[in-house]
Amino acid sequence: MADQATVAAEVHQTSTGIENTKLGMWVFLGSECLLFGALISVFLLYRNHALGGARLHDVYDIPFTSVSSFVLLMSSLTMVLALAAIQRGDQHRLRTWLLATALLGMTFISGQIYEFTIFVHKGFTVHSSVAGASFYILTSFHGAHVTVGILMLLSLFGMSTRGLLPKERATAVEYIGLYWHFVDIVWIVIFTLVYLIPAPK
Amino acid sequence: MATATVTRQPLFSRPRSSHKGVWSWITTVDHKRIGVLYGFTAFAFFLIGGFEALLIRAQLARPNGHVLNANQYDQVFTMHGLTMIFLVVMPLSAAFFNYLIPLMIGARDVAFPRLNAFSYWVFLFGGLFLYSSFLLGGAPNGGWFGYAPLSVQKVTGSVPFAHNMDYYAIGLIILGIASTVSAVNLVVTIINMRAPGMSFFRMPVFIWMALVVQLLLVFALPIVTIALFLLLFDRILGTSFYIASNGGDPVLWQHLFWLFGHPEVYILVLPAMGIVSEILPTFSRKPLFGYPVVVLSGIAIGFMGFGVWAHHMFATGLGPVANSAFAVSTMFIAVPTGVKIFNWLATMWGGRLRFDPPMLFAIGFVTMFVIGGLSGVTHALVPHDYQQTDTYYVVAHFHYVLFGGAIFGLFGGIYYWWPKIYGRKLSGKLGKWHFWLMLIGFNVTFGPFHILGLQGMPRRIYTYAPGMGWDFWNMVSTVGSFMIAGSILVFIYNAWHSRKYGEIAGNDPWDARTIEWMTSSPPPEHNFDQIPVVHALDDFWHKKYVEDKGGKLVPVPAGGENGHSEQAPEHEAGEHGGGHGIHLPSPSYMPILAAVGLPLIGYGLIYGFYISIVGGLILLGGLYGWAFEPGTE
Repeated sequence: MADQATVAAEVHQTSTGIENTKLGMWVFLGSECLLFGALISVFLLYRNHALGGARLHDVYDIPFTSVSSFVLLMSSLTMVLALAAIQRGDQHRLRTWLLATALLGMTFISGQIYEFTIFVHKGFTVHSSVAGASFYILTSFHGAHVTVGILMLLSLFGMSTRGLLPKERATAVEYIGLYWHFVDIVWIVIFTLVYLIPAPK
Repeated sequence: MATATVTRQPLFSRPRSSHKGVWSWITTVDHKRIGVLYGFTAFAFFLIGGFEALLIRAQLARPNGHVLNANQYDQVFTMHGLTMIFLVVMPLSAAFFNYLIPLMIGARDVAFPRLNAFSYWVFLFGGLFLYSSFLLGGAPNGGWFGYAPLSVQKVTGSVPFAHNMDYYAIGLIILGIASTVSAVNLVVTIINMRAPGMSFFRMPVFIWMALVVQLLLVFALPIVTIALFLLLFDRILGTSFYIASNGGDPVLWQHLFWLFGHPEVYILVLPAMGIVSEILPTFSRKPLFGYPVVVLSGIAIGFMGFGVWAHHMFATGLGPVANSAFAVSTMFIAVPTGVKIFNWLATMWGGRLRFDPPMLFAIGFVTMFVIGGLSGVTHALVPHDYQQTDTYYVVAHFHYVLFGGAIFGLFGGIYYWWPKIYGRKLSGKLGKWHFWLMLIGFNVTFGPFHILGLQGMPRRIYTYAPGMGWDFWNMVSTVGSFMIAGSILVFIYNAWHSRKYGEIAGNDPWDARTIEWMTSSPPPEHNFDQIPVVHALDDFWHKKYVEDKGGKLVPVPAGGENGHSEQAPEHEAGEHGGGHGIHLPSPSYMPILAAVGLPLIGYGLIYGFYISIVGGLILLGGLYGWAFEPGTE
């Protein structure tokens, strides 16, 4: 997060008119695309390398994961509402929607942990095969990103309650929102490629 | 910014600005000081990496050498490679980027000054982490490209659970974080912080190359980060991503590594190309020939760099179709590189050349890089590559492009910008001694590698039997390596000597073309008293010279040279005047504090999770302190 003074000064100074922090976030997210791209490629390469053991398609529960995906998608909606609230200067609603977003994220993470325990019980583990290992590394990298997002949302919430998040700093909510939406979009890609598209035999 | 929130007592106070003492360097966020820190740290690692090279050459000077045993040799050559790539050429380039980008685009600092300090400290701690392995049981020993399944093995010699390659995986992840953060920062700086009038196609070529390099870093590093995480999980969690017997695939490592590794080659050499593109026009007193073509070639190299990685893997057995496709793309990427060579030659053609040390090193770069480039093209021929892969011929090739290329270019940059940084020139006479000793030593060292490689001497062997026909050229090469070491001593003496006796440089000692020469040497903390307004490519040159009717250069009458004749109708300068009261970011403790956390997390992964928790808390505390420390005013 940039300092208040620099945020205000940046708006007039940048060559492109885009604020530095915003551009930086976009570049960073571009880099993240390749991080997840590499992980997804590894999973697609290995999803049938199960050595006769369980594969993801033998253990997963599409309706359950659909619901938790829906929960994560809804958190993007509440994130947008939080940004709209701070841009109006409505601190009360800002806090409501920030908290809602964080809670939806936590629900998703809880669902992921629950799902993992089920999978492990059914014999699909990190050690059962590279198919399992590549699934867990991909989804837990994503889960770690969601967790970082939740921490940032709760920090924003704390700042707002202490009066440190005035309307002029709406950009802080906007940029953390960018990150949050990105993490959601990555989940859509993961859910489609990993869960929905059946693996070729 | 008087708003209601400022009344609140800040959680953390920031250190006061000062310009003296160790503490001022630790808390600095000034891009120039960070650049200098990068430079000195990289040079220290250069000496260490050079010492490792001398050990290697001492061991190989004669058959059945006894300087190192096999295990030590493995560690030394691996660390030599890792050091020279990740701890010397990349950070030395970063030193130039940090110091010069804001000056060359007319900015007061980079976009995120504290993030810049964070990158440096993460780089330093990453390097120290990697080197601490020597004291903690053994350094990485699997070659700089750490091929699986060798890199996954935990047994080293008689040690059942050796951590050598854990240090490799974690160390490179930490260094990758440093480079990624710095790359994001510099991309934003170049795109967003240009002076008024500095459109993209008025940017110096060095800035263009910097932009391409940062984008390569942004997109290539995450790939190797994932590859290294998989390696780490194989070693620590017991997964089998790279172990064929458990369903994994060692070739996956090669793909992921080289998908990063080939762009990395351009990450190493494009900064030097940028430097040379600044030096040659200045010392030829001509504009760069075909500026747009040079820029577009650099961009083309950046793009194509992602499409040639499998030429490192011809011998892996990908099949004739893949091999042919990558052979063709590899030959194609030689085209933009060749275009640049001809542009540099045409820049010198008909110019009034001055052979000061920067120019000598730039010419050294061009010639040596051509040799390395040509042997590179021979590797694009798959049958030829089958013959040469993993021999000294390959070692010759990449030393000609990375030492003859990158290091010569970077030394040229050091001689060129030293007066800007310290206000005194390095001695030209000693510089010439340095250059010729290094050029001759370099060719005596690495030239014979071509022959040794063609004679079949494999890479990475720690010794060889007599009677293979390799004795003579190995001895020659060892002699050459000590000549290079001697040339570096000349350079160190020159740098030390210049502190007192160097010629006072003035703002513009080389009669240069770009706007960093408009400000004083060394530049003030705020870089420019008034931000310049840019009207053309090579703006400073056009402020100094015009052409008369016959096309001859005529100096602009007095007042033009110092650049004060035309200044921005600057509201900022108008308010503050003369550089006083320009708001610069305050120093901060937080970048170094947050950076300390990362190596601790790394040690924890090796020695016990509780250290990681401490490291994680320090990192988190540093980042929170960062976010909530008071602003700069």
